[in-house]
Amino acid sequence: MRSETPRPPILLSLATLAALLFIHVPLLLIIVYAFSADVSFQFPPSGFTTNWFVVAFGRADLWKAIGLSLRVASIATMIALLLGTMAAAALWKSRFFGRDYISLMFVLPIALPGIITGIALRSAFNLMDIPFSIWTIMLGHATFCIVVVFNNALARFRRISGSMIEASMDLGADGFQTFRYVVLPQIASALLAGGMLAFALSFDEVIVTVFTSGLENKTLPIWIYEQLFKPRERPITNVAAVIVMLVTIIPVLAAYFLTRDGEHTAGAGK
Amino acid sequence: MTQASERPPPRPTPQGGWGEGLAAYETASEKRNFGGKLSDWLINNPGSFLTLLFIPPTLWLGLIYIGSLLLFLGHAFFSIDEFAGTIIYEPTWSTIVQLFQPANFDIILRTLVMATAVTIASAIIAYPFAYFAARYAKGKWKAVFYLLVMLPLWSSYLVKVYSWKLLLSQEGIIPSVLKYLHLTPLLEAFLQLPVIGGNSLSTSYFGTFIVFVYIWLPYMILPTQAALERVPLNLLEASSDLGAWPSQTLLHVTWPLALPGLIAGSIFTFSLTLGDYIVPQVVGSSTLYIGNAVYLQQGTAGNLPLAAAFTFVPIIIMLIYLSIAKRMGAFNAL
Repeated sequence: MRSETPRPPILLSLATLAALLFIHVPLLLIIVYAFSADVSFQFPPSGFTTNWFVVAFGRADLWKAIGLSLRVASIATMIALLLGTMAAAALWKSRFFGRDYISLMFVLPIALPGIITGIALRSAFNLMDIPFSIWTIMLGHATFCIVVVFNNALARFRRISGSMIEASMDLGADGFQTFRYVVLPQIASALLAGGMLAFALSFDEVIVTVFTSGLENKTLPIWIYEQLFKPRERPITNVAAVIVMLVTIIPVLAAYFLTRDGEHTAGAGK
Repeated sequence: MTQASERPPPRPTPQGGWGEGLAAYETASEKRNFGGKLSDWLINNPGSFLTLLFIPPTLWLGLIYIGSLLLFLGHAFFSIDEFAGTIIYEPTWSTIVQLFQPANFDIILRTLVMATAVTIASAIIAYPFAYFAARYAKGKWKAVFYLLVMLPLWSSYLVKVYSWKLLLSQEGIIPSVLKYLHLTPLLEAFLQLPVIGGNSLSTSYFGTFIVFVYIWLPYMILPTQAALERVPLNLLEASSDLGAWPSQTLLHVTWPLALPGLIAGSIFTFSLTLGDYIVPQVVGSSTLYIGNAVYLQQGTAGNLPLAAAFTFVPIIIMLIYLSIAKRMGAFNAL
């Protein structure tokens, strides 16, 4: 085997660089614009200021939207952690007729376009005369957050070695003790990561939320969504966009570092 | 659902599980508190235990999600009273047939063409990137590359769409930069092009297309990279040792092995484009795509049956797509 990696062909490097710029420059520009002194999309900005952050933080409607988004994301994440882990634990080792259909059901909310989830829920709420509220938003979010936690938990469950559970039981621990002291420590970081991804997903969700929020309840993404069509407050929208970026990127980074070493879980080698 | 209780799985499987080590465990259990007894019962009744675990999540998704979905899709087989605007609850095919009216069928075709174009463009951009990341990024750089794809993938969808409004709008960045470079005539010539052109970049088909590619590209990169990582290096060496040109190795060795990854990625780019309704609203020539049609029919038009009929289109297309993808081994690449 060759010990050294050959140098990449120049065309390949250029194509890679172009793709990197393509997926990153637009997001970086949002940050630049949040500090732009201009009210329009003018480029290059005539100057830079942190003033828009001050203005944005003085806005009651923005704070209300952030508060609602945080509440929805927290509740949806809690429900998803509970139900997603239960589903993963149940599907982990079991083999029964229809198992494939059940596992399909647990990925369907992400596999089908969000608009379908949104409209289906909306028409169900309408038919049952359920008024839109924070709970209808949360209901929609939890549905796809479950999928994220489920996938993360299942991937980790599969890596837990059966012999550790056996050993624990052989040494006299009961099922709950085994779960508490053997299984839980091994899945904890995966659950935390799943929860963080679910939180990030819920915090910036708009496609389903448009259908389940009604007119009164504006999450932060709904607030931005409305600004896209009647752009009256571009500078504030830029700041709101940066806030959404930060609140979603931090949990995603944390989730990455939590699961990065997952491959080295004790006993995974069997 | 109920199958879990009717057919409990064989208890102590050779691979191990909750019922593992049962024999040794039973002799050891003399003094047991309530929790212990409960866990004994659960372990001795793995069927009931699994059912207990299963019931809450299955009820949630089964009732709330699948229930709403079926309730909504069922409307496709009813029709609407044109004058009163109320739904006539009598089974009929007439709403489904409406999909084949020229105006509606155009929407379906346009969406399919767009989804195909977005998928192909994503694959063309993703492949070299994934190849570079899989073959030349080592150690720390591998993690960096992974994060550089993960972060945009997880970044707010809405913020990403918004950023392209900043780029494409008439006083936006791309026209400004082109003006600065005295290349505005080039842009104007481009916008004169039939079909893809328009009044400005942000109101052209090309605008919609580029935003779609931008948003779904990371979904194409990740599975492609994963597939390329699994190509054994010695296979490539064998190919070159046996006298193949690098281009021949690429075509006959790497490409077939990377294909399942590309197809896995295409599931995302295709499906996500099929169902999107926000991108064409924000950036585009205000023509309708399936997502917009569904959105309008259930909203302002109040025609729930037609909205449901339209919803069947992406579902059926994706079912066909998934069965083809499965046959080509894409699921192993996920």
